[in-house]
Amino acid sequence: MTAIPLGVPRRLVEFTLDGQEARVPEGSTILDACRAAGKDVPTLCEGDTLTPKNACRVCVVDVEGARTLAPACSRKAEPGMVVRTDTERARHSRKVVLELLASSVDLSTTPSVAQWIKEYEAKPDRFGPNAARVDEEPRVDNDLYVRDYGKCILCYKCVDACGDQWQNSFAISVSGRGFDARISVEHDGPLTDSACVYCGNCIEVCPTGALSFKSEFDMRAAGTWDEERQTETTTVCAYCGVGCNLTLHVQDNEIVKVTSPHDNPVTHGNLCIKGRFGYQHVQNRD
Amino acid sequence: MDLRFGDSKPTDEERAAVDALLGPPESSWEGADRSDADLRWARGGREARDRRDQLLPALHALNDRVGWISEGALDYVCRRLTVPPAEAYGVATFYAMFSVRPRPATVLHVCADLACTAAGAPALCADIESRLGPESGVHVERSPCLGLCERAPATLTVRAGVASARLGAPPLGEFEDEAVQADRGSGGAAPGVGNGEGRRGRNTLHTTAVCAPATPATAVAAATTPESAPAEPTPEAAVPQAGTPTLTLLHRIGTVDPASLDDYRAHGGYTALRRAFALGPAGVIREVTDSGLLGRGGAAFPTGRKWQATAAQPDHPHYLVCNADESEPGTFKDRVLMEGDPYALVEAMTIAGYATGAHKGYLYLRGEYPRALARLTHAITQARTRGLLGDDVLGQGYAFDIEIRRGAGAYICGEETALFNSIEGYRGEPRSKPPFPVEKGLFGKPTVENNVETLVNVLPILTLGAPAYAAIGTGTSTGPKLFCVSGSVARPGVYELPFGATLGELLTLAGVREGLRAVLLGGAAGGFVRPDELDIPLTFEGTREAGTTLGSGVVMAFDDTVPLPRLLLRIAEFFRDESCGQCVPCRVGTVRQEEALHRIVDRTGADAAVDITLLREVGRAMRDASICGLGQTAWNAVESAIDRLGAYE
Repeated sequence: MTAIPLGVPRRLVEFTLDGQEARVPEGSTILDACRAAGKDVPTLCEGDTLTPKNACRVCVVDVEGARTLAPACSRKAEPGMVVRTDTERARHSRKVVLELLASSVDLSTTPSVAQWIKEYEAKPDRFGPNAARVDEEPRVDNDLYVRDYGKCILCYKCVDACGDQWQNSFAISVSGRGFDARISVEHDGPLTDSACVYCGNCIEVCPTGALSFKSEFDMRAAGTWDEERQTETTTVCAYCGVGCNLTLHVQDNEIVKVTSPHDNPVTHGNLCIKGRFGYQHVQNRD
Repeated sequence: MDLRFGDSKPTDEERAAVDALLGPPESSWEGADRSDADLRWARGGREARDRRDQLLPALHALNDRVGWISEGALDYVCRRLTVPPAEAYGVATFYAMFSVRPRPATVLHVCADLACTAAGAPALCADIESRLGPESGVHVERSPCLGLCERAPATLTVRAGVASARLGAPPLGEFEDEAVQADRGSGGAAPGVGNGEGRRGRNTLHTTAVCAPATPATAVAAATTPESAPAEPTPEAAVPQAGTPTLTLLHRIGTVDPASLDDYRAHGGYTALRRAFALGPAGVIREVTDSGLLGRGGAAFPTGRKWQATAAQPDHPHYLVCNADESEPGTFKDRVLMEGDPYALVEAMTIAGYATGAHKGYLYLRGEYPRALARLTHAITQARTRGLLGDDVLGQGYAFDIEIRRGAGAYICGEETALFNSIEGYRGEPRSKPPFPVEKGLFGKPTVENNVETLVNVLPILTLGAPAYAAIGTGTSTGPKLFCVSGSVARPGVYELPFGATLGELLTLAGVREGLRAVLLGGAAGGFVRPDELDIPLTFEGTREAGTTLGSGVVMAFDDTVPLPRLLLRIAEFFRDESCGQCVPCRVGTVRQEEALHRIVDRTGADAAVDITLLREVGRAMRDASICGLGQTAWNAVESAIDRLGAYE
């Protein structure tokens, strides 16, 4: 039986969302309310298992009376607030944010972004061929996962997952400043010289594929990665008694990636190195 | 915390620099040699994390001593403070004044910002760079505004070395006028002073030298022998009105000895604090509210309301933070106040702390202000010795003390919440609001944060009384205001005028030169106005009505000698360099803005139209969607130049 935490009953906050009355439990964000109302607000840096950093600003909405737009992912709903998600002003900022991101990093492995670029009529090419880009070579310094910062949008999710929100390893941080800011370990060295414990919880939360399993990275490079042909099977990790859930991504009868369900009430998508990467024994056939 | 530290070891010098700040390590858990006792108990965890706020001072200690931060040194600091090395690396690489790569002990910062550009900084930079090659032992850096606009072009030399008895604090009774000499302490007694040209090591004392106005020859001389650089002019040289009896905020500058507490008291010092004790905290807040004082840092928030909101918070302790990270290009009023009348700030902070229920005040001082650091360190020490700070201020049973924290080269740390993160030892990235600082500020506690000029205004409010103070200026902008006038004027400097004077009156007072092309109000985050708009009243509401801003009080006059597109490009470069990188609109938007301005630097009309449309769209998204004021204002000046001045037409 799964225990469902009920928590303390929360009061409902009433406010206006796109002209409709919305009622959400106290403490809910505007994004929670949008999702409950079936509205699609794009998000990149928001993660279901993390405290919102509201760094990407793609989820901005118009709050009546506010000087600037508000990030839906982190602004809490307040009684009487009047929120519009689809004003020209909000759409303009989302469009420009998508243009700025797509013109500076490689979003080819970011889910949904191509659709949003189309929806918001964003034109990342307008900044010209000489627009500065985050041109970083993929860092392949270990056998388990690859850091391709040419795809990184600096959402801070990996830093938060590695730090005090989940893993408490503190192996990575943001270094540098402005456009030169990068995720890095101490002294910008290889992962193998860092505090990394290879739990892969950073890969779990990465929204762009900047962090990926070495297996996925190699298959993409070889052109053999094909999610259409993959199955996902959720099972229980066999290593210890905690009983974490594993979702095995299998292509051509080989495990190519391991994730974990974020709605698991115990682990919230987090694993350790054994559950995340220790699957080779399953497919040794000799 | 179970942290992993690297194998690199600090040099003896690096260890000494850190230990001088933090004291010797107590056990191997903190980086000392391992003893048997260390195997029986573990140190670290929650208590050790409470010292995280010492990270920035520790990085300063290393940078002051060695000139850069090595792997071994950073790891040692991390062990001492139980800070994850990756995070400390993130902090060290955030600040422009630090380097994690080896560099010469002497760094020469050459201001390349607006006022200095107009005064020939590009040629000066090029000349200095050609004279100080790699073999010179001086690392030359083009710097954002050094806050010396009245003496443009400016340079600042920082030479790493052993601290004098107390860094920046002249010995009692031997107060000397120059930061150079102050840093030298009792002067010349240490072995080898003056022969450590460009070298780092035990034989060199940490020295700073300001050179302004600089010529290639004087700047190079100051960089190679900072200890014998000529004295800086006294602070009153930056106050053309000095000695005028009508001055309220500047009246002591040039008339009292900034080193002498007795002199300060003889000229009305500490009467405001006595009045504050007579009124009680609620009475002080009432006076400040009734005075109509609005914040002078740029946002113009009612100070009384901020104090009231903080004082009313049930959570304790409360903190007071004085924002002296004056980095807005063109602003130097706070520097002049701190250098010329340091006790006024100490007294004002004490009053603010008393009113808001704070027992600890942090003074976050710009890293590029060595003389202000020396003067305030001295003033705070003196006040403490004389019972004006400490456990029992003026015998009234109120405990208050002030700690100076130095910034390290980051404009963004002038943003109030970024400043909290910086003090706490994190990267100086702004936090999202709400919650606001009055509720959750420094260390997550209720905090009142005020600009230097705002605080200093509290003194006349209490000595004159709120009604008399509110009678100065206009109905909604009350009191006197300081303006930083620079550029194409005969008498640049800090001017004090009651709110309501017009831009034209101020410029006439400063002796504006012929051929005025534009005036920049409010600094890089402000906006340009035309020479035919000089009747704009210099009030918060007047500038707002005119579609511009007063900001922090910058008034920079430009003639035709520097092409406007060059100035705009410099503003764009400034924001690109100073963006913290947290949110996308600002991190990438400031880069795209600079690229577009580069493309049209020599174009006009239809040739520039496409890029101007692009600038407008990016600028609008930066203004609407950035987290903090930096991104929100990064397009202001460029927009005003296009719309008001017709740049690129």
